[in-house]
Amino acid sequence: MAVARLWRHIPARYNLIGTECQICGGLYFPPRTTCPTCRRDGKIIERKFKGTGEVVTYTIIYSASSTFRRQTPYVLAIIRLDEGPQLTGQIVCNPDEAEIGMKVRPIFRKLGEDGSSGIIYYGTKFTPLREASK
Amino acid sequence: MRDVAIIGVGCTNFGEMWERSFRDLFVEAGLNALEDAGTRGEDIEALYVGNMSAGKFIDQEHIGALIADYAGLAGSLHIPSTRVEAACASGGLALRDGVMVVASGLHDIVIAAGVEKMTDVETGVTIDALASAADREWEGFMGATFPGLYAMMARLHMHKYGTTREQLATVAVKNHHNATMNPKAQYRKDITIEEVMNSPLVADPLRVYDCSPITDGAAAVVLAPAELARKLNDAPIYVHASAQASDTITLHDRRDITTLDATVYAAKRAYEMAGISPKDVDVAEVHDCFTIAEICAIEDLGFVQKGDGGPATEEGMTALGGKIPINPSGGLKACGHPVGATGIKQAIEIAEQLRGDVRERQVNGAEIGLTHNVGGTGGTAVVHILSVNKR
Ligand SMILES: [Zn+2]
Repeated sequence: MAVARLWRHIPARYNLIGTECQICGGLYFPPRTTCPTCRRDGKIIERKFKGTGEVVTYTIIYSASSTFRRQTPYVLAIIRLDEGPQLTGQIVCNPDEAEIGMKVRPIFRKLGEDGSSGIIYYGTKFTPLREASK
Repeated sequence: MRDVAIIGVGCTNFGEMWERSFRDLFVEAGLNALEDAGTRGEDIEALYVGNMSAGKFIDQEHIGALIADYAGLAGSLHIPSTRVEAACASGGLALRDGVMVVASGLHDIVIAAGVEKMTDVETGVTIDALASAADREWEGFMGATFPGLYAMMARLHMHKYGTTREQLATVAVKNHHNATMNPKAQYRKDITIEEVMNSPLVADPLRVYDCSPITDGAAAVVLAPAELARKLNDAPIYVHASAQASDTITLHDRRDITTLDATVYAAKRAYEMAGISPKDVDVAEVHDCFTIAEICAIEDLGFVQKGDGGPATEEGMTALGGKIPINPSGGLKACGHPVGATGIKQAIEIAEQLRGDVRERQVNGAEIGLTHNVGGTGGTAVVHILSVNKR
């Protein structure tokens, strides 16, 4: 895997920078260059997302590819961000804690490493949002 | 546009076939289909082959030419050969391409085929190759596996509709039972609900027995214009609809995580094309890559209301002898899932059902059958409707 493939996604993966269409108000994460609603009539600008949201559904991965095998079991979820868009990400928590509707917040973590090139890549994971946040 | 018929079918055994190569598998299926059709290589005008990932599984691209070469259709006949890819829907799409090119009048006799050789790499590589059917950048890089994505559908389906773990297991038990009657199937043994529920977790709530296996295999059909079909073969099966639809590649961007809108739209288009409704379908082969996928499929194809797939399966509606038998071949789950070949194998099972050729697993009196082939978690869906009757 070439470094550029990882580097070009740093704003989105590290800081949850997505896009917004100024015509229809549609919000998109990850970023898109074309609004799927307005298509050629859309006007896309950058938009940062807070990263807080709620678990729509989740799984606990026991069998993973070589990149993630050492992390198993881990919780993977579809998260609806407070602003609306949904994304797929890991939740750093005890697998027994995970539940649909759970509120989460973002944390910066190592995501994985490419075995052949040895490149380590980072990005956003999530953790349960507790009342007295640490 | 002309109507199109299937005039010959050929399929290898499905399974882990250490002694057989990619090209061996393809050639066997192709020759069997030509023999069944009563046609010769010289009659073939074009070849479409569904293949998901030969690049990753056997380090080989340019599959169209390779296959034409080893089938004896390249060196002297030079027929056009095209590889078609839509992940697990590659076979269904190859069939659709074959149907379209015959319907258009460009070619008369065409082969639509599918092949996958999955056991030449270690399991980790296979898992990773299958994950490329989903969005690598925004699902795979986050740690999503292919079973993991379907597991998230399953969890939400259980949460929204009360679908139970036992109902999911019933899909596997039924399909394994059907496969006991299919000599080409990978797993020809009955399993119990308890065996499914106690098998190791892959991606909670899905377990090993909820997942389709890693399989080698190939399948091919010969297509011809409907008006010529009877002259070429005495048991043609007619293609009444060939429809396809797309959806977002990521599961998280769907309108509803528990509905495959690509299936809904492909089915709607197919029913309109065939002039039928779901209740007219006598038998169907659906894309049960995981047990939850069959539950969603029977809902999204309109055989039951959304949310009723679990109870309907538990009550035996989809078993042989039920109101709408689903996956009499054993499905992807037990017949096996050589990814690119699956969509063609589904059409072969339905064609043989409609011809009345499948002995113990025969759905009596079946006249209209449906095939449903999905790519990824539903980024692509292909639906075909086949009939014994010429329009
Ligand atoms: Zn817009």
